[in-house]
Amino acid sequence: MTTDLTRSTAADLADLLAQGSVSAREVTQAHLDRTAAVDGAVHSYLHVDADGALAQADEVDRRRAAGESLHAMAGVPIAVKDVMTTRGLPTTCGSKILQGWVPPYDATLVTRLREAGMPILGKTNMDEFAMGSSTEHSAYGPSHNPWDLSRIPGGSGGGSSSVVASFQAPLAIGTDTGGSIRQPAAVTGTVGTKPTYGGVSRYGLVALASSLDQAGPCTRTVLDAALLHEVIGGHDPLDSTSIDAPVPPVVEAARRADVAGMKIGIIRELTGDGFQAGVQARFDEAVQHLVDAGAEVVEVSCPSFSYALAAYYLILPSEASSNLAKFDAMRYGLRVAPDGIDAPSAEQVMAATRDAGFGDEVKRRIILGTYALSSGYYDAYYGSAQKVRRLIADDFAAAFETADVLVSPTAPTTAFRLGDKLDDPMAMYLNDIATIPANLAGIPGMSVPSGLATEDGLPAGFQILAPAMQDQRLYSVGAALEAKLTAAWGGPLLDRAPALEAMTAGTMKEA
Amino acid sequence: MTQTHAEATLPFDDAIDAFDPVMGLEVHVELNTATKMFCGCPTEFGAEPNTQTCPVCLGLPGALPVVNAVAVESAIRIGLVLNCEIAQWCRFARKNYFYPDMPKNFQTSQYDEPIAFEGYLDVELDDGTVYRVEIERAHMEEDTGKSLHVGGSTGRIHGATHSLVDYNRAGIPLIEIVTKPLTGAGERAPEIARAYVATLRDLLKALDVSDVRMEQGSMRCDVNLSLMPKGTEVFGTRSETKNVNSLRSVERAVRYEVGRHAAVLSSGGTIVQETRHWHEDTGVTTSGRAKSDADDYRYFPEPDLVPVAPSRELVESLRATLPEPPAARRKRLQGEWGFADLEMRDVVNAGLVDLVEETVAAGASPAGARKWWSGEVARRANAEGVDVPTYAAGLGVGAASVVELEGLVTSGRLNDSMARQVWEGVLAGEGTPTQVADARGLELVQDTGALEAAVDAVIAANPDVADKIRDGKVAAAGALIGQVMKAMKGQADAGAARAIIMERLGQS
Ligand SMILES: [Zn+2]
Repeated sequence: MTTDLTRSTAADLADLLAQGSVSAREVTQAHLDRTAAVDGAVHSYLHVDADGALAQADEVDRRRAAGESLHAMAGVPIAVKDVMTTRGLPTTCGSKILQGWVPPYDATLVTRLREAGMPILGKTNMDEFAMGSSTEHSAYGPSHNPWDLSRIPGGSGGGSSSVVASFQAPLAIGTDTGGSIRQPAAVTGTVGTKPTYGGVSRYGLVALASSLDQAGPCTRTVLDAALLHEVIGGHDPLDSTSIDAPVPPVVEAARRADVAGMKIGIIRELTGDGFQAGVQARFDEAVQHLVDAGAEVVEVSCPSFSYALAAYYLILPSEASSNLAKFDAMRYGLRVAPDGIDAPSAEQVMAATRDAGFGDEVKRRIILGTYALSSGYYDAYYGSAQKVRRLIADDFAAAFETADVLVSPTAPTTAFRLGDKLDDPMAMYLNDIATIPANLAGIPGMSVPSGLATEDGLPAGFQILAPAMQDQRLYSVGAALEAKLTAAWGGPLLDRAPALEAMTAGTMKEA
Repeated sequence: MTQTHAEATLPFDDAIDAFDPVMGLEVHVELNTATKMFCGCPTEFGAEPNTQTCPVCLGLPGALPVVNAVAVESAIRIGLVLNCEIAQWCRFARKNYFYPDMPKNFQTSQYDEPIAFEGYLDVELDDGTVYRVEIERAHMEEDTGKSLHVGGSTGRIHGATHSLVDYNRAGIPLIEIVTKPLTGAGERAPEIARAYVATLRDLLKALDVSDVRMEQGSMRCDVNLSLMPKGTEVFGTRSETKNVNSLRSVERAVRYEVGRHAAVLSSGGTIVQETRHWHEDTGVTTSGRAKSDADDYRYFPEPDLVPVAPSRELVESLRATLPEPPAARRKRLQGEWGFADLEMRDVVNAGLVDLVEETVAAGASPAGARKWWSGEVARRANAEGVDVPTYAAGLGVGAASVVELEGLVTSGRLNDSMARQVWEGVLAGEGTPTQVADARGLELVQDTGALEAAVDAVIAANPDVADKIRDGKVAAAGALIGQVMKAMKGQADAGAARAIIMERLGQS
């Protein structure tokens, strides 16, 4: 039954495949069929690779039939955010400037997916170059929230969260620079994990802000996240910032789901004021569930967090302005001839191409970053931001002396309506207020669904943060909470989302 | 864009009478590592365009750099021979600017945290005086690609219809060695500049970290120059002459810029801060890009690379691999060879130390090695614009050739002037010394009967000279020897002829 397969968790699919109850082709085809039925409404994908995915699935089936020993996740299909390079498959980063670019190489993470035998279904939609919190800045049109198609699916990885929430893929890869895995997970009722900085290779991740970017799993359950984390994690000699240590025991932690005796620290600065009442209420309930499971709650204070947003919006554009300089129309992607010039110079072609190829948000941040790095302003802006970064890391270090993990709501609100904050960058940026500190400090974070906010019936997220390289703690706490909440709801939260077949984004918007 | 009209210059001596030059020299050295600075691509020179590239050195989206550990070790060894401090912790930075040859549109370099800093290099000048060049820093960076402008008449971008870019060179490891401003050089500034670059070249060659081939661009020098009116101490506005690519050009470029600056300043003008291009053929510089302090590279620490933190153990173990410093080596060899100061300096200045050492090791006498490698071969090499070893290697001539030639002399087959003829033949590509001697029929007449007959004939023909010699004026023998040699068509041993003359005339 096709529908059943798409509603299975990745862990269950892996078991069914290992037992031979289903073939990889069946699993992959079921998800492709689901995409055909619903992606017109949610627009999770920028590019679907049906032929490639089925070929990979067939290869897994052939090898299994031949009795080869396969990876535990072999045959479980996955969608990949369009910011990761994929050999032979378009990679656009949601930008016009990379329209039609087919990379000649795979990101290390993609190589690991392929080596594990996981068919790649396609590339998911995103805010252009991962700049945004709503996926409205995609040059190819926004993705929609499966809970309410008139709302945003979060950003920048709205495609990866909505593809999982709409059952088009059991798993997806996202990237989290300031919350782009966790905030979309929160607003779509899914699980999003940002591993420790350097825990998953960045080789082949088209950089937004190199010192903040981190790829990670977008899933429907904590165990699925752990299984995927183990596939993609680990040292990569091609990324000098990748951690040269074994992947933390995340699957074991997710299976044990044990929080007895753990100290849970509630970050005072990330609760209460500024957080939507329904989101806060679900958060408080979740904390109570953890206490019921044997955890101890303490309150911690991170005073430097009040500067986090400002520091982030200096560091990110600074690095981005430099990272995006390579898009110069010379060697790949878009090339635009300037109007009214007979024999344009390279510089004129470059300017015309960048003008046509980059969207407003990208231009805004390039200008901001160029200014922040320029001589005479460096110390005041970039330099100060780096100092704030240090203070935030210090705040975390102090907080982790009294607590094993720190918690907060993932995003201050549930999904806002498409277009609501498009003309107000500050309001958009504020949505990342709870997720950004973890990126500045390089620590791991996870968002798990905490339920539906009473005022709008939309999902809210519960954020868990752990010290660097202690990712397994996220999985212990996340899985324990998930077990309690799923029991309380009488099933997965996503079971309550509306059916999407035969819906289109247009009809929903009018409603 | 390029200005080619001649600019006024003041004669160098007049310029130096009125101004004190201040120089800063920036030398870029390509390391001879097997792979590039931030990826595993090979660095071989002369490969087909764009065959030695990968996502990293092409700057493709998503690609990340990883530091070449061998390049770091080379940088540390260079720092050590320049008497520098080696950083315990340093970082790469991004130097952001748009440049068609540079695929990322930023260059990964070191900015305020170089791997080596605060050193010096003692430079010996032609007359034996030593000038200490203070080194500000030596830092690591990557080279850019290379553009080829097609369709224009000059090969320059002006007038070209299109440009081709070869990224094989993009990402090759470079070390940039920057001096502090060199002051007090006065009229010796051009000579010091040349001697510094030559000393540096020898040192890097001894370290075996670079090919140091200036003509191929694996070593290039930027010359910063400004003038201060005599008696003042405030540096003037400087010009930066880029990519000077021979020792001779370094000297000429300094000399030219001194004259040009002096002409501008003396006529009440002001120097524009700019980069300038050196023209080897005409010996002048022309204006390039105006360069102001407002040039903003927006440096910031490279977030894609972890810091470089060489352990003290590594630094010390690298120190142990350093070759004997060229100056100390020169002293030692001079002692071993028994050369006078002037003889040694000639050998050094002609770049012949290695070749002489090799030739002596192969069995030649030091004096012979010096004699045959300087002189004619040096003159020819210089005319061709290459160094002696390169020139000799091109002819297939080496240490063994000198050993063979000297053997022909000591065995008595050739005299000195015959040996010179043979050497000319060797340098003309006619074969080994023995082959040339055979082919040209050069051989001392060993038959003493013939020699005695010739002597007797000459004495008989010159009775007055013979009488002088009999009276004890032995110096007059030279005239007779000359005639004997002439009679024997040069194939006589002059020493033997002298002995017979003296014997015949009662002077032995
Ligand atoms: Zn390469």
